[in-house]
Amino acid sequence: MASSHSHPLFDYLLQAADTSLVLGHRLSEWCGHGPVLEQDLALANIALDLLGEARSYYQYAAELEGLGRTEDDLAYLRSAVEYRNPLLVEQPNGDFAHTVVRQFLFDNYHYHLLKALQASPDATLAAIAEKAVKEAAYHLKWSSEWLIRLGDGTDESRRRLDKAIATLWRYQDELLAPTPAEAALQALGVLPAYHDLQPTMQAHAAHVLAEATVPAPTGPGYQGAGGKLGRHSEHLGYLLAELQYLQRTYPGLQW
Amino acid sequence: MNESLTASRQPPTTKKIWALLEEVLDPEVPVLSILDLGIVRDVRVDGARITVTITPTYSGCPAMSAIGTDIRLRLLAEGYPDVVIKNQLSPAWTTDWLSEAGRRKLVEYGIAAPVPGTATGHALKLFGQDTAVRCPLCQSENTRLINQFGSTACKALYQCQDCREPFDYFKCH
Repeated sequence: MASSHSHPLFDYLLQAADTSLVLGHRLSEWCGHGPVLEQDLALANIALDLLGEARSYYQYAAELEGLGRTEDDLAYLRSAVEYRNPLLVEQPNGDFAHTVVRQFLFDNYHYHLLKALQASPDATLAAIAEKAVKEAAYHLKWSSEWLIRLGDGTDESRRRLDKAIATLWRYQDELLAPTPAEAALQALGVLPAYHDLQPTMQAHAAHVLAEATVPAPTGPGYQGAGGKLGRHSEHLGYLLAELQYLQRTYPGLQW
Repeated sequence: MNESLTASRQPPTTKKIWALLEEVLDPEVPVLSILDLGIVRDVRVDGARITVTITPTYSGCPAMSAIGTDIRLRLLAEGYPDVVIKNQLSPAWTTDWLSEAGRRKLVEYGIAAPVPGTATGHALKLFGQDTAVRCPLCQSENTRLINQFGSTACKALYQCQDCREPFDYFKCH
């Protein structure tokens, strides 16, 4: 099944789709477990936006591939090593602070990426970005505000936030490290140059951390990377086992 | 046999199709027609084939396939079986496309209508809220945002500080 796997745009679409799908699935795990009803709803809403965005990328990828696979085939019938999401988004939810930090790191990247992607010469990619950026704006506002509340909140919320930052900050560099497919698309101008996104992302993160009274995390330390090339943490397999259960057990089942 | 269920002999006019679409309601806010919502972007009639182009309010809007089905059923009932539904993402839907009638119907239904000109794009302006959202029950503008995310993707949750009632706000987008 795989003749067009070497096509950089196809590879990138899968990466973008997998990223939004996996994070959306993680957020949906909160449904019914949120700390308060309003935030339970917020997490489910963000999950739904990401699922919708993922579908747009999968549909475009399936069309581009032209082998008769559908969006569902791409989401439900690929194994963990074929998934191309960065490691950050597959990390387990942990506590609320952990979810907020993971979301903030993603949203800060996602929002700024989509803003730039609206200018892509690839009309479909630009249209998906134009749609999703409005939603991503609400997401970034939500995660920024919660990071500030938790950091500048109680001793307990601060302790949990510090722990989440110490655990998750190391995963953000992978977001802006281009894979060969991304580099090829950047050379064509289809994707923005990631170093152009970095200053605005850094400035926003610095502002939010300062408001949260949290010192900026220092030192590169161990960097979690490899997910975009299919080298995942142990967490993804479990996530996919749940996400893909129905289609794996009853192949071709229709709603 | 019901005559309306057999295919009409004459191709319809686009005007006729627009009028029929006015009768298709949004499944999540059933006082609004899909024309009130502004999600029908184009109608084309090519012989017997009718192509209706719609755009989602939100990327993950779960109502899109239901809306597509409702359009087909409404047109089929008029004797038009050859219907193509096209989804279009760009230009992205905005609450500015909500009709005046739609705004009025929303408020009568108990949902505050979006305040024009306060659309997103202010992701970096934290802890702000859309200005002066009016309570649909007592008309007070002394209201506060409870949650940016509400019962559906297109709504936020507000509370009136005067009559104390919580209410949905069709948020600006």
